[in-house]
Amino acid sequence: MTDRISVRTLFFGVYGELAARREGSAELAADSTVADLVDSLRGPGGLDWLPESVVVAVNQSYAEAGTTLSDGDEVALIPPVAGG
Amino acid sequence: MSQRPDDRVRTWITRETLDDFARFEDIVGEVGSVEDGALLFFQGRVRRTNRGRQVSRLTYEAYGEMAEGELSAICHEALEQFDVGSIAAAHRVGDLALGEVSVAIAVTSAHRDDGYRASRWIIETIKVRLPIWKHEHYEDGESHWVGAPTPEAGASTGGSRFG
Repeated sequence: MTDRISVRTLFFGVYGELAARREGSAELAADSTVADLVDSLRGPGGLDWLPESVVVAVNQSYAEAGTTLSDGDEVALIPPVAGG
Repeated sequence: MSQRPDDRVRTWITRETLDDFARFEDIVGEVGSVEDGALLFFQGRVRRTNRGRQVSRLTYEAYGEMAEGELSAICHEALEQFDVGSIAAAHRVGDLALGEVSVAIAVTSAHRDDGYRASRWIIETIKVRLPIWKHEHYEDGESHWVGAPTPEAGASTGGSRFG
């Protein structure tokens, strides 16, 4: 099973509300990127409201769409922040 | 509380009150120096009126560990960019009533101009980078995640509104 990876997904703020869950997991092909994960989440029967350009953090650091994911990564979907 | 050895920055994310100015004064007194002739203190507080709606209370949600790391990173960047002596900054999470302090920033510096510029930069950077979300509860019983699409705009379109 080296050709698949599993990542933990976190949904914050309004995304948690819209997804009706705060966390989940996703199985992806090895060498998948952040963009691949977002595509799969937005896929048929999925979170179609999730913007293609959603801000993502991987292992608690902001990540680019092209960032490659590894097995066990923690991937957070970050809605517009509103601190202050 | 996040700190490095010999550090001049203290940051934390907390469910406990930030209303006590003396605590910040103590911290910057501890990590600052007598070279600093200025102490600037900023508090953000829960305001009743936001975009024309009457707010009754707020709930802040944070991506806890990442928020701790980002707030520390923001303040260390400020230390590099501006000529300041010490920084203490904290953000609340959980339920806040009107008038409660949601964010507090204390900056000491040799001269006031550096303090004002650093404090302003820190709060503006918090607003764009710190992974914290604000759920506003209104007097009419409705609630809304700040920055989220409004129900009438439709949540299914997604796209550019999220930036």
